[in-house]
Amino acid sequence: MIGAVLRRLGQTVLVLFGISVLVFLVFFATPGADPTARIAGRNASPETVAAIRHQYGFDRPLPIQYLHLMDRLFITRDLASYVDHGEKVVPEVARAAPVTLSLVGGAAVIWVTVSILIGTIAAAARGSVLDRALMMAGLVGISIPVFWLGEVANLITQSRFHTSWMFSWVPPLGYVPLQDGLWAWASHLIIPWCTLAVLFIGLYGRVLRADLVAASGEDFMRTARAKGLSETRVMLFHGLRTSLITFVSLFGLDFAQLVGGGALLTEVVFGLGGVGRLTYQGLVNLDLPLIMATVMYSAVFVVVANAVVDLFYLLLDPRVRDGR
Amino acid sequence: MDADAPLLAVDNLTITLPAGRGRTVDIVENVSFRLDGAEIMGLVGESGSGKSMSALAIMGLIDAPGARIAGSIRFRGRELIGLDRRALRALRGAEIAMIFQDPMTALTPVHTVGWQIDEQLRAHQPLSRAGARARTVELLGEMGVPDPRRAADRYPHQLSGGLRQRAMIAMALSCNPSLLIADEPTTALDVTVQAQILDLLRRLRQDFGSSILLITHDMGVVAETCDRTTVLYSGNVAEHGPTDALFRQPAHPYTAALLDSIPPLRGTRPRRLPSIPGAPPAPSARPPGCPFQPRCAYGHVACETRPSLLPIGAQQVACVLPAEGRALPPRAVLSA
Amino acid sequence: MTARTRTHGPWAVALRSLSRMPSAIASASVLLLLVILSAGAPFYAAHIAHTDPFESDVAGTITLHGADIPVMQPNNNRLHLGLTPIGPTWVPSADLLGADSQGRDVAARLLYGGRNSLLISSCAALLCIVLAATVGICAGFFGGIVDILLSRMMDIMWAIPVYLFAISLSIVTVSHGLRIGPISIRSDSLLLPICIIALVYVPYAARPIRGRVMSLRQSEFVLAARCLGASRRRILLRDILPNVSTTLIVLAPLVMALALLAESALSFLSIGVQAPAASWGTIIQDGQGLIYTRPWVAIAPGLAIVITVLALNVLGDALRDALDVRETSRRSGA
Repeated sequence: MIGAVLRRLGQTVLVLFGISVLVFLVFFATPGADPTARIAGRNASPETVAAIRHQYGFDRPLPIQYLHLMDRLFITRDLASYVDHGEKVVPEVARAAPVTLSLVGGAAVIWVTVSILIGTIAAAARGSVLDRALMMAGLVGISIPVFWLGEVANLITQSRFHTSWMFSWVPPLGYVPLQDGLWAWASHLIIPWCTLAVLFIGLYGRVLRADLVAASGEDFMRTARAKGLSETRVMLFHGLRTSLITFVSLFGLDFAQLVGGGALLTEVVFGLGGVGRLTYQGLVNLDLPLIMATVMYSAVFVVVANAVVDLFYLLLDPRVRDGR
Repeated sequence: MDADAPLLAVDNLTITLPAGRGRTVDIVENVSFRLDGAEIMGLVGESGSGKSMSALAIMGLIDAPGARIAGSIRFRGRELIGLDRRALRALRGAEIAMIFQDPMTALTPVHTVGWQIDEQLRAHQPLSRAGARARTVELLGEMGVPDPRRAADRYPHQLSGGLRQRAMIAMALSCNPSLLIADEPTTALDVTVQAQILDLLRRLRQDFGSSILLITHDMGVVAETCDRTTVLYSGNVAEHGPTDALFRQPAHPYTAALLDSIPPLRGTRPRRLPSIPGAPPAPSARPPGCPFQPRCAYGHVACETRPSLLPIGAQQVACVLPAEGRALPPRAVLSA
Repeated sequence: MTARTRTHGPWAVALRSLSRMPSAIASASVLLLLVILSAGAPFYAAHIAHTDPFESDVAGTITLHGADIPVMQPNNNRLHLGLTPIGPTWVPSADLLGADSQGRDVAARLLYGGRNSLLISSCAALLCIVLAATVGICAGFFGGIVDILLSRMMDIMWAIPVYLFAISLSIVTVSHGLRIGPISIRSDSLLLPICIIALVYVPYAARPIRGRVMSLRQSEFVLAARCLGASRRRILLRDILPNVSTTLIVLAPLVMALALLAESALSFLSIGVQAPAASWGTIIQDGQGLIYTRPWVAIAPGLAIVITVLALNVLGDALRDALDVRETSRRSGA
């Protein structure tokens, strides 16, 4: 058991190391990404460029530069941005993380609840008009670009119907921390939550329905019915319980990617200063310290989420527990 | 409830499934049989003969969209076809229970065996969690599961095939059903385990007074276990009768051919086992006359019309030969 | 079974069952219509709308119901500050869907944008499927160390959020183009988004292909062919490829749907199709600033994307049913 945990930890560190080296090389080896030129500005004299090159240590060998960067990112945590007036990047990421977590966490609650409802109802009403309508709606959800949906949601709730009773409660765009009050926090996020959830409701609802329909042909579902259980109980305790295993593995991956910056389009459209937007800013400015910090944060999240998914696997599937 | 009524009486059961593009196909045609208390009856036939379909119809478990079930299935005189879902559910698992062929796939993989037996007990009886578990452990012990307390906390994949099937039987018997339907209960098991399970089924009648409808394709299993036997061929009853009589003097050419294809235990071995030429017809391409006629060595003009079940001695047979005075001779070798 | 006079090949059977699916017919018709419409973009601009949708036309006028109206209209705010482009007139000859902030006909730009969006997504899907098929078939057929290397590579790519990956590649290449040895791609070339989008979705498509190849390799007819002494080459070409092709065909519209969404996202962030060229994503970007005053500029291209992607997804589902492909693929990206 301890050996497995240690091995897992070792793998994690190795993966994080690999990603950091990769990102470092990509943004140093790509033409046009020379950080000296960026910091120095457009019409800097050769002397200034040389001074900056020395000051920031760009004239040192790459491995030393890499180690120096890692040291300032993880140990001293005073890594400063190249462009943004030398803003410290670690606190910047720490400020952005709760925004992204709030956005993705709330959306996840919505999409898991609604998609389980939709998937189960559609599977129970298999072949009916209701089933087809729900699955078609799911397909529409998958087909909508999220940034456009956000724009339209803004148009409706911020402008066209903002004065109507339905959306008069919608506050202006932006993020309010949870410490400022539950309602202030939630009301700013409800529309972004729903917008982000639409794609995943469609996706998960369809996947769950397909899984449940496949499960309903299984022998154990027939056994459960032969036991004289109610249809609902058969569906929930045998069908859904078994299908949840794939559901959870999908969820772990998606959740980690979104928390790791995958929700940037939603963040951009709704003016939320989350990690995705921060990464995007870093990329646009080729701000290597910022990119490095956000990517490492994202990688940590993906790796941690994978570990959590594995844990859930153990809880949900006894066959995995026995290493089968 | 009618005290004189047989435990189970199936009359003219016809199961029709949609076959696409508005066509339908009769999987089972006019099948009738009955089962009395404390009796084991074998329902024999090759795959596709409609034996499992008939069993599922008794359980009310045919849920294919567009399936139609006609005829009558009476349990203790009570009609099951058209019975409302709630009443049927109360019967299922409590009065009529079923065990399935493959105990690996027939148990839900994510729950412990004990949990699944508890679930059935508590669905039909007002038992506490602890009470249900105590009964479960007791049942598992009665089914010959060693260390039943620990076995109850195991997941299906952690048990051997034989133990899984014992757990399955324990689950089916948990509410003392008066009828147990066993659908090929030994097919997926090793030969030695097979014998143990059959032994267990035979003891159920003595210990619990249950009747068993044993569905199988294995004539050997029938000979060992069943009081009476019904032979199905292509969705129709071919022959019906006490197992002894049926094995001594089969009246239907199909039964005779089935018995001939079992290798004899004694005497000289035939150079080549006799086999039935051809294959059973697809339900959609069943001939209008006797369904066995295309493969029958005795087929003639009279077989062009569908024969009805005629009594001959203790047996009933859907064949014109006995009526024509050309009944098949008794079998020379007694198998098993 | 009854004797049948002619046996139909798997393709004929699939085509026949497709032609009996209303969803397949409907989605294919919608896609065909979209292709025809965007192919007719120059005709629409020159002969119906009479404008050049790539020229800024802030001082222009349009003739509506006999009257000349300026394209850019003064604002209704108290100070009459700034100009707002004209809204939808619903008249094809006079800015059917209104004008954007530079006075350009949105309807004409929508058709031109459709050309780029459809071109990029179809080419990216094609390229992606070719790459993924190469990777998937190599990994699945050769197995061993090849499989381990390729699969790990796919796993690493898969761990990065798809859109972030595409955005990183776009940002690195968008300012200076791409020069790798003899290959040189200009920064405003459509090849850039095509290659980037194709690349990021390779793991998505390669995984089911690899799975299919692995199951085929262990299938009994391949074993039979091997026992008959068929060469690996022959087995690959005659036994594996024809059977993988159904998976590829089912994947194609699904990957194209994803590619279209990715293209629109990149263009929306101004790192996909570069001005003055248009795509549906860039038009949404243009319309973002006008969203509260002239929402049709952003709504129309969004609707076009939804309709196209939906049609592609429906077509993919229908193909999956018709060709009886079981592999489940999934997608991600928000």
